Amino acid sequence: MSEDKIKVLLGDVEPTACVSEVYNDEVCRFADDLSKWLRKDRNALSFPDLMAVSFWCRKGNIEKMRNEFDDGKIHIGRGLIFHITPSNVPVNFIFSYFFGLLSGNSNIVRVPSKEFPQVDILCTAVKEILENDDYINIRKSTRFVTYERDKEINDYYSGICDGRVIWGGDNTIKALRESPIKPKAVEVVFADRYSFGVIQSERVVSASDEEITSLAHGFYNDTYLMDQNACSTPHCIFWLGNQVREASEIFWGAVKKEEEKYSLEPIKSVDKYTDLCHIAMERDDIAEINTYGNFLYVVGLKKIPSDMESIRGRYGMFFEVHIKSMDDLSMFITERSQTMIYYGVEKNELNDFIKKNNLKGVDRIVPFGNALDIGVIWDGYDIIRSLSRVIGIR
Amino acid sequence: MDKLWGNSPFSMDRYEKSEFYSEKLAELTKKHINGCKLYQRLLKNFDFSLDESHVPEEYPFIPVRLFKDYELLSVDKSEIVKTMTSSGTTGQRVSKIFLDRTTSANQTKALVKITSEFLGKSRLPMLIIDSKKAVSDRRLFSARGAGILGFSMLGYDLTYALDENMELDIETVKSFLDKHKGDDIFLFGFTYMIWAHFYKSLVKLNEKIDLSKGILLHGGGFKKLQDEAVDNEIYKDELNRVCQIERIYNYYGMVEQTGSIFMECERGRLHASDFSDIFIRDPRDFSLLGRGEKGLIQLVSVLPESYPGHSILTEDIGELTGEDDCPCGRHGKTFKIHGRIKKAEIRGCSDTYERR
Repeated sequence: MSEDKIKVLLGDVEPTACVSEVYNDEVCRFADDLSKWLRKDRNALSFPDLMAVSFWCRKGNIEKMRNEFDDGKIHIGRGLIFHITPSNVPVNFIFSYFFGLLSGNSNIVRVPSKEFPQVDILCTAVKEILENDDYINIRKSTRFVTYERDKEINDYYSGICDGRVIWGGDNTIKALRESPIKPKAVEVVFADRYSFGVIQSERVVSASDEEITSLAHGFYNDTYLMDQNACSTPHCIFWLGNQVREASEIFWGAVKKEEEKYSLEPIKSVDKYTDLCHIAMERDDIAEINTYGNFLYVVGLKKIPSDMESIRGRYGMFFEVHIKSMDDLSMFITERSQTMIYYGVEKNELNDFIKKNNLKGVDRIVPFGNALDIGVIWDGYDIIRSLSRVIGIR
Repeated sequence: MDKLWGNSPFSMDRYEKSEFYSEKLAELTKKHINGCKLYQRLLKNFDFSLDESHVPEEYPFIPVRLFKDYELLSVDKSEIVKTMTSSGTTGQRVSKIFLDRTTSANQTKALVKITSEFLGKSRLPMLIIDSKKAVSDRRLFSARGAGILGFSMLGYDLTYALDENMELDIETVKSFLDKHKGDDIFLFGFTYMIWAHFYKSLVKLNEKIDLSKGILLHGGGFKKLQDEAVDNEIYKDELNRVCQIERIYNYYGMVEQTGSIFMECERGRLHASDFSDIFIRDPRDFSLLGRGEKGLIQLVSVLPESYPGHSILTEDIGELTGEDDCPCGRHGKTFKIHGRIKKAEIRGCSDTYERR
């Protein structure tokens, strides 16, 4: 393999497949060190996503995850994990790396080759912390690389790994599947998904102004923060109850107030307007279209269409449908459905809905504002269990 | 329309134009609603109705990209006499513009009217700064070839200055100039081609030719010249330096609205003619911007009758410099172009396997 095509960002030697028990102490301490490092770094402070990383890998959270995981059995890593992380999300690679570490593995991580300051900061942080000899095992088993699309390199890493984690949707998965992995190697793949929201209209109408502001802010974080282009970002809001018109006006009006935070470059306006024209030219099930400047487009549909999961927006174009009950959602939910965000719906209703309908999809149900919160349970996987082996002793 | 064909193409002032365009756009919009199902549904979903009257800026505009995604036409396919396509590199989708007899004829007539303001009423000997290949090779035929053919109607003794390999054919040029010594000469080409294959060759060959009687019309944009830091001013100065040409006019136009082009006047401003209008819109909410404010360019043309391209949103950024007040004396809005909109870095986790 021509190694000059690979740029090594971190890790002097190529890791071999060293394993350890899941949530081992060295890794947990390392996570907390990174959390502290980021909180102290002046550059890092200006990036909300780095602060989210810091918050996630702090001692308290890791301990909590460790306790929740513990089932009294012995779990040990599988060996070497090869991670292909999304090129457009600056911090996703670090989560993927930690999933590999926490499950007791060595890791080769392909990080975004686009220039993101967050990537530089994270690489500097990890490098500095790993210079401490307390972390010699992690140091020996970590490598961060970047390379342009290249089958030969994919073949190589895929051939030596014991587990492969593929982010980035269907196209990426399809491309990587051309490179075989060892018979016993496992794969965790994150395919293209569809996510949506559910709101009880009466609760919006009766909510205080502060509550509405925070609801809209949460929704902004769920969607615009990733250009409405993450797998867990909702594309449609389903309204329940009898005050839908009023609630919809309140809600979208509040979302519009988030406009200042978003950088809507001219190309995004044109792309989005073009998308809207496509929808308006092709569909005859549109009840009405409301535009709030070019920041927010809302397309009301008369009923749930058969192609629900394939109609998506970008940069803030959403659909909405009034439904009679949550059970109506089962009409479109498939294995592609991922995250459902909710507001004003009781937990027991959600439980009933899931149990009653025998759904093939929906892996996460979270309140507004939590759609992008990544965790060790993600996309229907218990990632730590997937990337480790459980040892049966009788 | 008779009024347009009869008068000078820069005669309407803002009041006349607004009145004329309110009516004309209603007429065209109605025609396209009746003739084009997709357009009809779009306007219905946009809640736009012709039951009430509208001022010109209220008419919806469609993004130029839609001409790549759909075959948009408002007449029966059997009436189409010509299909124009945009230039695009291999693999890219191209725009398809469908012309019936009326639209095609009107495009030619409007082009002649607008350009004759600058070239004079009689036809001139024409030197095309391009290769004959651009029109003769059907595989290469595109907006470039169509542009050359369209403008060729304005001249005679059509002569190509570049050979098959896009090299300057200096002997042909010299003999052409000898033959028409003392006459005004019409030169036509694309902004970048002229710079890369004509200007640069003249510099390299250290050839001095006398084009002081030449009138150059060029279009296509300065995008590729930005890297070389060549703007319109440098462009004119340098061409003047190597071949003494003084009358150089840039034009702005697109395949979606062929014919009703925007010409740069002697004072260096691009002009809307009576056949077209321009609006600059704020990318944040599409509200209208005034003089000196940069925004997205919306173009309006009265010519498209066989396809719904009478009001389009371009992907160019521009700025109004005035209306009915250009020192050159022509009426209509004047403007500047600031290039194409920039690609954005899109966030998100799907489709991240980097494309090259």
